[in-house]
Amino acid sequence: MRIVVAVKYVPDIHADRGFEGGRVVRRADEGTLNELDENAVEAALRLKEALPEAERETSEVIVLTVAGPDADGAVRRSYQLGADRGVRVSDDAVAGSDYFGTARVLAAAVRRLADEAPVDLVVTGMAALDGLGSVVPALLAAELDLPQLTLAGKLEVEGEPGARTARVTRELDGVEEVLEAPLPAVVSVTDHANDPRMPNFKLIMAGARSRVLDASPRPPRPDAEIVVDKGEGGRALAEYLIRNDLV
Amino acid sequence: MSTPGTRTVLVLLDSAGTELRSPVLELITVGRSLGRVEAVALEAPSVGVLAQLGAYGVALVRQAEPSSGGEVVTGDALHLTPVVAEVLAAATRASHADAVLLTSSFPNKEAAARLAFLTEAGLVVDASALTDGGTHLVADKRVFAGSWDVRSEIVTDPAVLTLRANSVVPQPADAAVATEVDALRVELSPAATAARVVSRTVDESAGAGRPALGEAAIVVAGGRGTNGDFGPVTELADALGAAVGATRDAVYEGWHDQFVGQTGVTVAPRLYIGAGISGAPHHRGGMQASQVIVAVNNDPECPLFEISDFAVVGDLADVLPQAAEVLREHRASQG
Repeated sequence: MRIVVAVKYVPDIHADRGFEGGRVVRRADEGTLNELDENAVEAALRLKEALPEAERETSEVIVLTVAGPDADGAVRRSYQLGADRGVRVSDDAVAGSDYFGTARVLAAAVRRLADEAPVDLVVTGMAALDGLGSVVPALLAAELDLPQLTLAGKLEVEGEPGARTARVTRELDGVEEVLEAPLPAVVSVTDHANDPRMPNFKLIMAGARSRVLDASPRPPRPDAEIVVDKGEGGRALAEYLIRNDLV
Repeated sequence: MSTPGTRTVLVLLDSAGTELRSPVLELITVGRSLGRVEAVALEAPSVGVLAQLGAYGVALVRQAEPSSGGEVVTGDALHLTPVVAEVLAAATRASHADAVLLTSSFPNKEAAARLAFLTEAGLVVDASALTDGGTHLVADKRVFAGSWDVRSEIVTDPAVLTLRANSVVPQPADAAVATEVDALRVELSPAATAARVVSRTVDESAGAGRPALGEAAIVVAGGRGTNGDFGPVTELADALGAAVGATRDAVYEGWHDQFVGQTGVTVAPRLYIGAGISGAPHHRGGMQASQVIVAVNNDPECPLFEISDFAVVGDLADVLPQAAEVLREHRASQG
């Protein structure tokens, strides 16, 4: 089985994130593998590990990213988790691309990989923690003309090589759905799907459709009015809400 | 694109068979500020929904009748994301729509993206406001856990947007209209139904009696500091007519069913009250855009205080019930 995992290198959510010239500021030392992509890598590794030994040995988990050299940290992290191979697509022409551009380039790379040998599954995280759009997996499925099984809380793959089916369970806004499609397919997994493993120490040792008009930091909130409860804290809270017309 | 006030705006109705909820009525309200609004329904609109549409000035609703390879597609398959996108693309053509608006759920964001893919439209998801810039539509959006505002203009026609709940106050039209239902026949691509719905269950009881978390004007959320007892949280929520939320940890512990956070429900209510919540980045990312933030925590160093407008250092089990009691008295005194 060949599984491609699309990942993104994103600014650390603990870092001071912002914009310059209408684009997100990206620095190699303040970035990280998008945390939600670890669930995607984990899902791919588990599928591979569950295969019979003979097939497992010829199977591959390939991590794919579209970014500049800054993003090698994300690929390296994926190796440390156990990915077999990393592919980074870099081209100044796609720098700053939007959802559609990113999906198109990812799709082209997946097709190129599929020219070498069939790709059975494309797995992604549910969102990148910088843009939080959550739409690239669906667009990637549209670009590749493959079934989309997105936002999976649970992923199962059944059947014999060449005739496999993926089944996902998802719960969104009070609706529980079970969806099924023949492989190849595009799957995105949520952070409920699994608990990603820790990086392996040995592997560490070895290894414009819309344009931004204006982006401005919001003014910081004024300091809070803080009340220490000495028996009347709840009353103070209620009176604050009433005074500010919030009830 | 046409001049302001004369655009045609298409709105996807999320629950046409039962009752339109506030986020859809907000879309119609925003749509009317841009021009004429038409609606798209995936199922037959109920009598109540037709009355709501009439009151909101929507004269036409297009009811999708998709088919695939000559077979009519009905039931759960109507909710497949590519099906929704192809239906909306057909409606966009039929209406000559300048803009298509959806509420900001995860499935709707994906449907919006695929619609934009099909129609070569510009896309903004999770917009907090939409206005007419004259030549183009202009959308606002809060990013990086509510710390930045981004304003974009959508330079394509049509424009596709998902709009966050609580963006505007829903406002019926000055004059009601009679609403007609038109069948919208759509021949789907084979790929649209490439995935099969094995089962689909709607949890009708979710948040029974309380507003839905993602669309409530007031949210009361509990975290680890509740130690598993959500009683004080729900008591205060009910005194305020608020939705109840939790942190991811609290949901993993099984204390509540829905969490506020970057990967859970993102909320931007008028008032957010966090009790026993430290304010980890994951949680802040899901609530930082709230208008007024109130925190209750027994730790005076609690990071959530840094982004709060009002905070109480104290035991939530004492503070919340007392606040609820005062609020109930206040409400009673207001008649």
